[in-house]
Amino acid sequence: MAKDVEVQVLEDVTIRFAGDSGDGMQLTGSQFSNTTALFGNDLNTLPDYPAEIRAPAGTLYGVSGFQLHFSSLEIQTPGDSPDVLVAMNPAALKVNLKDLKPGATIVVNENAFDSKNLKLAHYEANPLEDGSLAGFEVILVPLSKQTAASLEGLSLSVKDVERTKNFFALGLMYWMFDRPLEPTLAWLEQKFGKKPIYLEANKKALTAGYYYGENTEIFTTRYHVAPAKLEKGSYRSINGNEAVALGFVSASVKAGIPLFLGSYPITPASEILQELSNYKNFGVKTFQAEDEIAGIASAIGASFAGNLAVTTTSGPGLALKTEAVGLAVMTELPLVIVDVQRGGPSTGLPTKTEQSDLLQAMYGRNGESPVPILAASTPSDCFDMAFEACRIAIKYMTPVFLLSEGYLANGSEPWKIPDVDSLPEIPVHYWKDKETYQIYSRNDNLARPWAIPGTPELEHRIGGLEKAHIYGTVSYVPENHEIMVRMRDAKVKKIQDDIPDLEVFGDEDADLLVAAWGGTYGSVKEAVANLRRKGHKIAQVHFKYLNPFPKNTKEVLTKYKQILVPERNLGQLSKMLKSEFLVEVIQLNKVQGSPFKSSEIETKIISILGGENVD
Amino acid sequence: MSTNEVMEKNENVKLTAKDFSTNQDVRWCPGCGDYSILAQAQRISPDLGIPREKFVWVSGIGCSSRFPYYMDTYGFHSIHGRAPAIATGVKLANPDLSVWVAAGDGDLLSIGGNHFIHACRRNIDMKVILFNNRIYGLTKGQYSPTSEKGKKTKSSPYGSIDFPFLPVNMAVASGATFVARSIDRDPKHLQTMMLRAAAHHGLAFIEIYQNCNIFNDGAYEPLTNKETKADNVVVLEHGKPLIFGKNNDKGIRMDGMNPVIVDLTTGKYSAEDLWIHDEFDENPARSFVLAHFADLENFPTPIGVFRQVQKSTYDGDLFAQLDEVTKLKGKGKLEKLFRMGNTWEVA
Repeated sequence: MAKDVEVQVLEDVTIRFAGDSGDGMQLTGSQFSNTTALFGNDLNTLPDYPAEIRAPAGTLYGVSGFQLHFSSLEIQTPGDSPDVLVAMNPAALKVNLKDLKPGATIVVNENAFDSKNLKLAHYEANPLEDGSLAGFEVILVPLSKQTAASLEGLSLSVKDVERTKNFFALGLMYWMFDRPLEPTLAWLEQKFGKKPIYLEANKKALTAGYYYGENTEIFTTRYHVAPAKLEKGSYRSINGNEAVALGFVSASVKAGIPLFLGSYPITPASEILQELSNYKNFGVKTFQAEDEIAGIASAIGASFAGNLAVTTTSGPGLALKTEAVGLAVMTELPLVIVDVQRGGPSTGLPTKTEQSDLLQAMYGRNGESPVPILAASTPSDCFDMAFEACRIAIKYMTPVFLLSEGYLANGSEPWKIPDVDSLPEIPVHYWKDKETYQIYSRNDNLARPWAIPGTPELEHRIGGLEKAHIYGTVSYVPENHEIMVRMRDAKVKKIQDDIPDLEVFGDEDADLLVAAWGGTYGSVKEAVANLRRKGHKIAQVHFKYLNPFPKNTKEVLTKYKQILVPERNLGQLSKMLKSEFLVEVIQLNKVQGSPFKSSEIETKIISILGGENVD
Repeated sequence: MSTNEVMEKNENVKLTAKDFSTNQDVRWCPGCGDYSILAQAQRISPDLGIPREKFVWVSGIGCSSRFPYYMDTYGFHSIHGRAPAIATGVKLANPDLSVWVAAGDGDLLSIGGNHFIHACRRNIDMKVILFNNRIYGLTKGQYSPTSEKGKKTKSSPYGSIDFPFLPVNMAVASGATFVARSIDRDPKHLQTMMLRAAAHHGLAFIEIYQNCNIFNDGAYEPLTNKETKADNVVVLEHGKPLIFGKNNDKGIRMDGMNPVIVDLTTGKYSAEDLWIHDEFDENPARSFVLAHFADLENFPTPIGVFRQVQKSTYDGDLFAQLDEVTKLKGKGKLEKLFRMGNTWEVA
């Protein structure tokens, strides 16, 4: 059956898949992402799911979403507002409608719009019939019925048939956006190879969805988003948690010492533990401890005994680890502490992103307790920063914080696979020489020697009590305490000589500098780029090192008349910049469990620069 | 590697107790039971045939937790309650090490209770030595999780209303594979228990009744006083009946699940009728009954090995799994790891 289909070429598209938390939206979204990555687009994703594993079907709070932004150009964010919404039920429509672009396309499963589901979504009238969706292009698809029809003849339960409809929707989207079915078909073979009935069902639903688009008259337009011109090389899709895991394994290989992870499951960091538990053939030891404290304590023990030790958690877990972080500071042992931040305080918003643990990492310990802090800016940057955190920890014999966040951890983007040989070696020197050994002697980096149990003649004791400068015996001498406090502080400050300067993007001669950190990178970069294209002069810096700050920070900050600091907390970096550099900053703060839209940052910049944001 | 294997491999190592003593002044109160425990640990260590550099003593916070500073081995004086967790990390980083935990009753059973039971559950190959003085000493005299109910202390002026833990029961219930009890004032017995623990492969736990002569002096007096000792202590020995009393005139036999004390002088009962101690009994029930003697009137306190069973260790299983997966998949290569899943080329 041939029909006239218009093919529109688009630069970029943002799609959001939304349904019940049991509808498989995360899977659908990640399949679309993988296929799109393989197709060669640049992309960025934003999974958004409730904290409840399977909230009651059809309810507003049970809606799970997966947004992805793909483009023929380089992109930095998961997209401000979707061009297309795939809504599997009325609740999914209701929750997501407010985010859509004017005139967006809405593909709905019309079979799910029965009175029961409408009531659960608190709809008084059927939105598909009452004209409330005027202004959108609504495409009604009998998704449940069509899926069932495509699976006729297979002996599947009604429930199983219903559970396959996400693949029908995925197939339909593949047709609409001109993507191949093969990558998902191959994935299905791998996933359901041992359950032929499910393999058959999902394949059928996927293909049926695709041909539903191809053959029915309701679809008249297909969209083509050409591959992006990414830098030459091999790519794979990666999310932040995977990238952290790979960064650690790489650091272990390059340091030539085994990786030890002591961790306790916590959203949204658990995936790092899960990933690393696969890599036993790299000698990676993962210890799922009895609690957060044992997670870090075991890592400290492993570090004492010579392993590359890491611990992973999120904000509430970091609160529990606090005392042990102080112990690592005192004993000057290498350790990387990953905090995949989420909305706080307390249990807060477990599945929603936030960047509000900076001050916890910076100051959340008793005594003068300096710890270097690094923050990843994108999912792929999580790889580099995990590697870098290990390098600093070993070189300076210190615990190091790596701050990630839910949005980076679960969001994915294409990752240019690094050349293994180009990754630097991480030198490790276990001390061996008896004659020159002192527990707290220091090298040029102010690092003390790492003498591990098993080394003859270097038996020694360390611990949380203050120790004598150089000799390392317990010391309560007041002057010695001050020497040691200042020494630990000086050591961390010294790292400044070993990290890159802040790089200014955009117009160096601008009046306004936008300074951000961590996961706000994409939104800020896109906002600045958009406004510069419109002729505004703006400079931008991004902090990946927050303690110590890069060497040129003061020089950069004092060069501009105004500094805007957008962050998803109530001004934590602002506070640090103000107190350390005595500069005034303009804050832009958002704490809604989601990343900044670049338009939100653009609006703020325009209001500072004067004038209007004309689109 | 088990301690036995280590012993065989290092027969030429000849050290003395002095080699295990540091140049640090020992700062416990004069008369503290900790001195005896330290002395016995230093005495038995050379006999284990383990090179000194392979010992690691880990402690938490409390009087007894200063222990590592006085043992000339590797040592880690960590934070309150966390010693078992830190020691676990040490052992998993390097299973060749002989890892020992020194902990007090507050440290191990109160703030560190969780780490203790989980270390037992995993059967990590390490030794956990509990210095049980039934009081908080370093904070100057508050009741502890092993203080008897009704005890008057600085924080319980009208008597403690807490029931105490029975540490032996905690260890057995949590899966420790070697569980023993000894007393600071019985150095020979203490040495024997330490040697037995050292030779055990798996988590070995020794509860040591330790006198705090400042804040809880005489807590174990009935068990150590020459006059009363025999009537109040029953020494557990594998294969031997439970007999105690000044003239070995009392025995314990089981009546169903309940222990009863019988008089061996009337001729009604003889040694053959008594409970014969079996350390290797897989069923932990009798260990619980022994530990519960503490709750029974007139019953003696058992010292000795309650239980010793064999089970795979967490550390052993961990390294076996690393080897197994490496054999199956080949040694990991980063080039391959980076390309797992779908990749694509941009020309």
